[in-house]
Amino acid sequence: MAKADHTFGEIRLDRVSRGFDGVMALQDLTLTIRRGEFIALLGPSGCGKSTALNCLAGLLPLTGGSIWLDDRRIDELPPERRGFGMVFQNYALFPHMTVRRNIGFGLAMRGVPRHEADPRIDDAVRMVQLEAHVGKLPGQLSGGQQQRVAIARAIVVQPPLVLMDEPLSNLDARLRLDMRHEIRRIHNELGRSTVYVTHDQDEALSLADRIVVLRDGRVRQIGTPEELYARPAVLDVARFMGYRNVFEGRVEDGGAERAIVVRDGIRLAGTPRGALGSGRASVAIRPEELIPGEDGPGAIPGVVESVEFVGREYAATALTADGLLLHFRSHQRLSLDEPVHLRASPERVLLFAAEEGA
Amino acid sequence: MTSQTALSGSAADRPNLRRRLAAAGWDRITLLVLPAAAFVVLLFIYPFAYGLVLSFQPAAGGLFANYAKFFSDPYLYDTIGTTMWLGLPATLINMALALPIAFQVRHFRWQRILTTILVIPITLGTVLVAEGLLTYLGPQGWLNRTLIELGVIGSPVRLIHNYWGVFLSLVITGFPFVFLLTLSYVTGIDPALPQAAATLGAGPASRFRHIFLPLLVPGLAVAFCLAFVQAFSVFPSAVLLGAPAGPTRVISIAAYQAAFEQYDHSMASAIAMIMGAVQLVVVVAVLGARTLFYRGPMGSGKG
Repeated sequence: MAKADHTFGEIRLDRVSRGFDGVMALQDLTLTIRRGEFIALLGPSGCGKSTALNCLAGLLPLTGGSIWLDDRRIDELPPERRGFGMVFQNYALFPHMTVRRNIGFGLAMRGVPRHEADPRIDDAVRMVQLEAHVGKLPGQLSGGQQQRVAIARAIVVQPPLVLMDEPLSNLDARLRLDMRHEIRRIHNELGRSTVYVTHDQDEALSLADRIVVLRDGRVRQIGTPEELYARPAVLDVARFMGYRNVFEGRVEDGGAERAIVVRDGIRLAGTPRGALGSGRASVAIRPEELIPGEDGPGAIPGVVESVEFVGREYAATALTADGLLLHFRSHQRLSLDEPVHLRASPERVLLFAAEEGA
Repeated sequence: MTSQTALSGSAADRPNLRRRLAAAGWDRITLLVLPAAAFVVLLFIYPFAYGLVLSFQPAAGGLFANYAKFFSDPYLYDTIGTTMWLGLPATLINMALALPIAFQVRHFRWQRILTTILVIPITLGTVLVAEGLLTYLGPQGWLNRTLIELGVIGSPVRLIHNYWGVFLSLVITGFPFVFLLTLSYVTGIDPALPQAAATLGAGPASRFRHIFLPLLVPGLAVAFCLAFVQAFSVFPSAVLLGAPAGPTRVISIAAYQAAFEQYDHSMASAIAMIMGAVQLVVVVAVLGARTLFYRGPMGSGKG
């Protein structure tokens, strides 16, 4: 049994690919996970994020590429010899073992003697605050408690890398927020690397040091939450980062810093992301960045179609003359069918070259 | 219930009979149990009680004369050992074969086709299998001729009209049953459990020992009991393929002879009761040992 290396530096994925019957579920994922880093794999279902995680864990053999732990190639090792901790989406707790035996399983498999294992299990139990439940079977625990057991079981062996497969997707909204903090706290406390799979951009943005956005098995963008939020590289990522207003227009003045896009009575200045060319471009604006203002050049005229109070402000939609539905925010309550002129600052209007065939 | 809302005071606090019965699990749907209950009483409990009473009414002697006779005559009581010696190994071999095959078939792409092929013997019935084996395993059968042609053996091996004929037939007819049960237990285990064990450092042997086996034991115990009871009541193949006067004189043959050769139905009933008691002892012992193991859901948490 290979002992977990406690002094490792980084894990490198080099063009990792996995196909199923000729369909590529994951293609050329290249990524270096630094020590202590929290990486989120983000994407819609079927994007290849779970495939990537299973490839890392050793549960799925690669069909291409390699994985390295420092200078050691590990992609041909079976999961039991990689020594990564994994938290499964359905927790995968051993139903016939008590909480304590579940958590101690990894240590028992590594042949850690009792007097050494016991204090480590106690530490892990304390870290996930399950002291009162160590003697219970998993079936007697609530979803949130089972989740904690799964985390404790994965971290007690002090793996260089902890893999988490949508660990919060089975919990209710309140608990999900609490556990999110817990997971980040435990990650910081251990100082080890975590790869976290999710389809929830809020989770990824709040937890991760770096986010890998996947779509159709390919990496669309890798960056910090701030980068992805403010400067998505492609339209897909923008959509995922909450740019709900996406429409096409004709490029009129395609500068590198600022470009003008026109569409049926709308004339909008925006920031190009990548080369636009001279044809059509997609415009992406976040609802939070679009607010009612004065009529005049650069405003989008429309009539209010719906208004919802969401706490601090109103989330509203407006319909333009050519049938475009725009999501925007307002500090005042607007009445239905009221005319509005929506404005966004040109830095917050992102322009992408229109996708071929789109 | 409108009549109840009209009631007032203490009478309304007390739920009516129908509600109280419903709370105890009795409602009109419970009546659907009646046909099955009648069936069990008429076809199982009554004949069993009749046989039990009959066994205490021997042709000669006191209340326990039949039982005393059985346990004082080696020609009779030896049949218990003979039947055990056939039924236990055949059942154990079937379980030992079924478990690894079930593990393989679980991942097999054409699982249904393979399962169908493996299960066909169950549809044939013991007599047809016995007839087939007589030809196949006989001195002039395919097996012996092939082995002689290949030079593996010099003269035909005797595989029928002795212990091995009956044993093989028990294995063949019992396997599909054990296999189907085992397959359902094996596929019932969440595949994430062995995967989780693997990420925690458990190799294939440890995963089997710590995850699969403890979760399978309760199911395997039930499969064992059902298969053993079936094997213990072996009759047609013991007569057709075995040596019913000697090495394969199983307990059901003794009962048959008492009933239809000596026309001593009381003695036959007593033998049948002894046969049932032996089966019961084995089943109770196995199921009792089963309570030592975990018997909860095989999934993991909230799926």
